[in-house]
Amino acid sequence: MSNPGARFARFVVGGPPFIYLLLFFALPGLIMVAASFMYPGEFGGLAPLFPLTGSEESGLTVENYRIFFGDRVYFEIFLKSFGVAALTTLLCLVMAYPVALLIARSPKAHRDLMVLLVILPFASNFLVRVYAWMIILGPLDLLFSRFAVIVGMVYVHLPFMILPLYTNLEKHDPTLLDAGQDLGAGAWERFWRITFPLSLPGIFSGSALVFIPVLGMFAIPEILGGKDDWLVGNMIKEAFLSTRDWPFGSMLSLMLTIAVLAIAGVAAWFARRGTRYA
Amino acid sequence: MALLEIRNVTRRFGTLTAVDNVSIGIESGEFFTLLGPSGCGKTTLLRMIAGFDQPDGGAILLDGKDLADTAPEKRPIHTVFQSYALFPHMTVAQNIAFPLRMAGKSQDEITAKVREMLDTVHLPDKARHLPHELSGGQKQRVALARALVNRPRVLLLDEPLGALDAKLREQMQVELISLQRDIGVTFVFVTHAQAEALALSHRIAVMNAGRVEQLDAPSKIYGFPSNRFVADFIGNCNLLEATVKAISGETLTLESAGLGTFIAPARSGVSAGAHGVLALRPEMVRIYAAAASVDPELGNRFRGTVRELVYVGDVTTYIVALDNGQKIESLLPNVSSGRARFFEIDDPVQVAWRHDAGHFVLG
Repeated sequence: MSNPGARFARFVVGGPPFIYLLLFFALPGLIMVAASFMYPGEFGGLAPLFPLTGSEESGLTVENYRIFFGDRVYFEIFLKSFGVAALTTLLCLVMAYPVALLIARSPKAHRDLMVLLVILPFASNFLVRVYAWMIILGPLDLLFSRFAVIVGMVYVHLPFMILPLYTNLEKHDPTLLDAGQDLGAGAWERFWRITFPLSLPGIFSGSALVFIPVLGMFAIPEILGGKDDWLVGNMIKEAFLSTRDWPFGSMLSLMLTIAVLAIAGVAAWFARRGTRYA
Repeated sequence: MALLEIRNVTRRFGTLTAVDNVSIGIESGEFFTLLGPSGCGKTTLLRMIAGFDQPDGGAILLDGKDLADTAPEKRPIHTVFQSYALFPHMTVAQNIAFPLRMAGKSQDEITAKVREMLDTVHLPDKARHLPHELSGGQKQRVALARALVNRPRVLLLDEPLGALDAKLREQMQVELISLQRDIGVTFVFVTHAQAEALALSHRIAVMNAGRVEQLDAPSKIYGFPSNRFVADFIGNCNLLEATVKAISGETLTLESAGLGTFIAPARSGVSAGAHGVLALRPEMVRIYAAAASVDPELGNRFRGTVRELVYVGDVTTYIVALDNGQKIESLLPNVSSGRARFFEIDDPVQVAWRHDAGHFVLG
């Protein structure tokens, strides 16, 4: 990369996205960290760092963290959120795998159409699709329950599991299954010893694409769930839009990000161990 | 009774008949080769033996029992695939252990057999490696070890040397021969490379357009091709168009338009007036300077001109145009180093061969 032309090209290509991410991802992230240590403003927003009129609270504080770690209720909501996310991910995986396998094993000419059918629901509005579940679940007396929340979560996130799984399964060399069969493996053994382990990278990326958005989701619990079914996402939304306590919302967001990164780190470590051959 | 019997097997894909009424008996312990150009049906036949495809007609029998209702995983027949098809997520040892695990062998037996097999294929220190860490030749050996570890009755090899470079291929040929001899498993080998087939096999079935053109030992196939296709496909061959003029005891007198008559060894089923070609290997044709005296043993003699020469190191091939325009190849070993050419292009020369050289083929 000593060639000045190449260096310039690299700057032109890499520069804009870098600046974009710096301005709209890294910087807001840092502002959020800072905000979580501040006091809320009287009418929303943040209180100034330095006192202006003397009466309102100003400067830095760890009060938000004290509240968070001092009350079990937050821990419980976090735990519940992770439980819902894990269950949604598992159900999506179990439902998506056969679909992805079916598409991957279909004749090449049919696959594009089947993938199109998987992403077709995105063509209609997300909220409309969730409200549709109210019409289905209402008469069955299943609305405003944990069950309804899970149904909605699985329904909305299923394509995010199907697509990475399909992308992975489609690349498998069919000769490997022939070899397995040739060497004495029945259909079940061929799946568990060949197809499944080779699809682990697809399972990991699909799981990440479902698990993480579910954690931050607030619309589905709000529409389909009862008051008890609120998740972290609802608390964050509440802090910003209802109680107008930005610092508290920032703190919750930050704790959620840290928890997700911790889980993603552990998952990535397992994924690397499982896919050493790739 | 043959170990593996292919009885009148036919396989059609739409209007194409990929395998056309083929019957072959393969004996126990044999190194048998299906040889032919791509699309001749040899791989289709192999897939039917393995069980991945079913014949439309005829039967495949192992030890006299029809295999039609036996699924591929239940057949004591294993395949070495052209792409090796090693499981990428398993180590070398796990790959080799796979068929033993499927057969429900004990862990002790698996460990012992895997180790023994790794020694057999000269990879004792690669047990814990993953396939992508191996070279092409090593992958090939692992594929062989995996397919042989639980001693199948028949091992099918689908162009297994195709992906290797020339030097390594030669080395693997030698290893295949000794492996087959040591283990004693019946090999059915598919290839389009005639030199490979000649080097490895006990018997060869030369296939073309779904049919077996000739089934014989390598030296018979090379020396006595049964028809024009086999003569042309196996090795280099001069094909001299000729008509049978006379038959007397051990010899045929053949006549070629514009050239005259020459003598060839007699063969059964040939009558006077029959048309065909004399299949004459280039190494049987000697080449002399125009004025040189020809060895009296070489009874068939013609004059011609050197048109081209191809130097390949150990031998030089001279392409000589005879008086009637017929081209004939002559092979000369380069016995004295440094002297690669005995003749130059446009040199007038004589070509000559023995009366008992060549093989007359009808058609």
